[in-house]
Amino acid sequence: MPTSQLDALFLSFGIMSPPIAPSGWSRWLVPPAALSVHLSIGQAYAWSVFKPSLESALDLSGTQSALPFQLGIVMLGLSAAFGGTLVERNGPRWAMTVALCCFSSGFLISALGAATSQYWLIVLGYGFVGGIGLGIGYISPVSTLIKWFPDRPGMATGIAIMGFGGGALIASPWSAQMLESFGSDNSGIAAAFLVHGLTYAVFMSLGVLLVRVPRSDKPAVSGGPGPLDGVQVSARNAVRTPQFWCLWIVLCMNVTAGIGILEKAAPMITDFFADTSTPVSVSAAAGFVALLSAANMAGRIGWSSTSDLIGRKNIYRVYLGVGALMYALIAWLGDSSKPLFIVCALVILSFYGGGFATIPAYLKDLFGTYQVGAIHGRLLTAWSTAGVLGPLIVNWIADRQEEAGKSGASLYGVSLMIMIGLLVVGFVANEFVRPVHARHHIPAPREAADVQQRQQSA
Amino acid sequence: MSSSDSSPPSRRGLIALAWLWVLVPLAYGLYELVRKATQLFTG
Repeated sequence: MPTSQLDALFLSFGIMSPPIAPSGWSRWLVPPAALSVHLSIGQAYAWSVFKPSLESALDLSGTQSALPFQLGIVMLGLSAAFGGTLVERNGPRWAMTVALCCFSSGFLISALGAATSQYWLIVLGYGFVGGIGLGIGYISPVSTLIKWFPDRPGMATGIAIMGFGGGALIASPWSAQMLESFGSDNSGIAAAFLVHGLTYAVFMSLGVLLVRVPRSDKPAVSGGPGPLDGVQVSARNAVRTPQFWCLWIVLCMNVTAGIGILEKAAPMITDFFADTSTPVSVSAAAGFVALLSAANMAGRIGWSSTSDLIGRKNIYRVYLGVGALMYALIAWLGDSSKPLFIVCALVILSFYGGGFATIPAYLKDLFGTYQVGAIHGRLLTAWSTAGVLGPLIVNWIADRQEEAGKSGASLYGVSLMIMIGLLVVGFVANEFVRPVHARHHIPAPREAADVQQRQQSA
Repeated sequence: MSSSDSSPPSRRGLIALAWLWVLVPLAYGLYELVRKATQLFTG
């Protein structure tokens, strides 16, 4: 179908233009709209639940069964980076509709793939089509939330991005129970995918129906700043500034360091205390991993909200500086005290989550709200890079150390030092962040005209 | 835009429903998480 016909179809449903809030619309309706999308797409982190069933039903290796997830994460980064400008132009309702259609139909295509034993359909459906839904869905509410909560942007984006962490908590037990009920053979997996696709479509529709953008002529909260107050920079100009690349390094280093713990959490705690009088059992290690997920989620809302009080630059000083200190404590004293090891790991994971959730507000402080969603989308390539870099470093080094005959805590010594180094690099990059030079700013009349044009087309 | 003297409709019911829509599944996820996390201290 030609693009113009698609546009006409979307226009006829009021999807193609930003939905302007009617008088009296409460801004507290926007976070649940955002959460309905993020809680759904956060399912991606629970993909591992399907892996054992897929491997036995379709005779796949572990590497093959991870393909849909890996392609999904790559597509998340690409669609967020390249679709960000479209999201800004067409508004959050369009973005959430695209996310809903892609994410749900990804499951439906996968159901067909499982039912017909065509694994490539699962890779295409969940990985490629669903992955586009992940990227567009992830950035869909960010700009809108910041515009509704100019007084508390950290808290607002923290709520949404916490939902991405929460999505896996919901999907993991839910998907496991479904496979138990339907069975782990082809038809059971197909039925589970089908139910996932339909349920997520219904659940995400709340976001499509509820999301509204504030009117640009007055602040969303009385006495507070207006949504378009302050410096405004376009996405095209933003990527030409050193500030954008400093934040890219900050995010990449913070995420890589967090993945350093996440990737190896269970074997790490087992190895650290293997030779002590209180070794860690397999089930206790699983409990540790669950606790890390809780810290990751709590950090997203807790630290991001704190950034509204102490400032974005200061909170990243904490994430990166104190994070490096926590890694140092694990490296030097971690095997002598289990509570110390657990507390340090929890703090690192809370900073990992906080780093994700605070970055949109940091972008808003530097580049304004004009195209903050598109800028955020481009910055998420740092996440994709870290997603490859983090596990690669940790697994490669752990393998080499094992080959060298090391055991216990000494297996992780080099990895921990590298993580400290990465956090220090991020800390330095954060120190280089300064207000954006005036030559990158959008002139106020052009920005106002753009907003007016959007509202007229609504 | 409606005139400023007409009071906007109350959205309390809608707000409550919208938050319940997202908080109920989240509470289920958190409950399952806590159950699993306690294994660290009992396992």
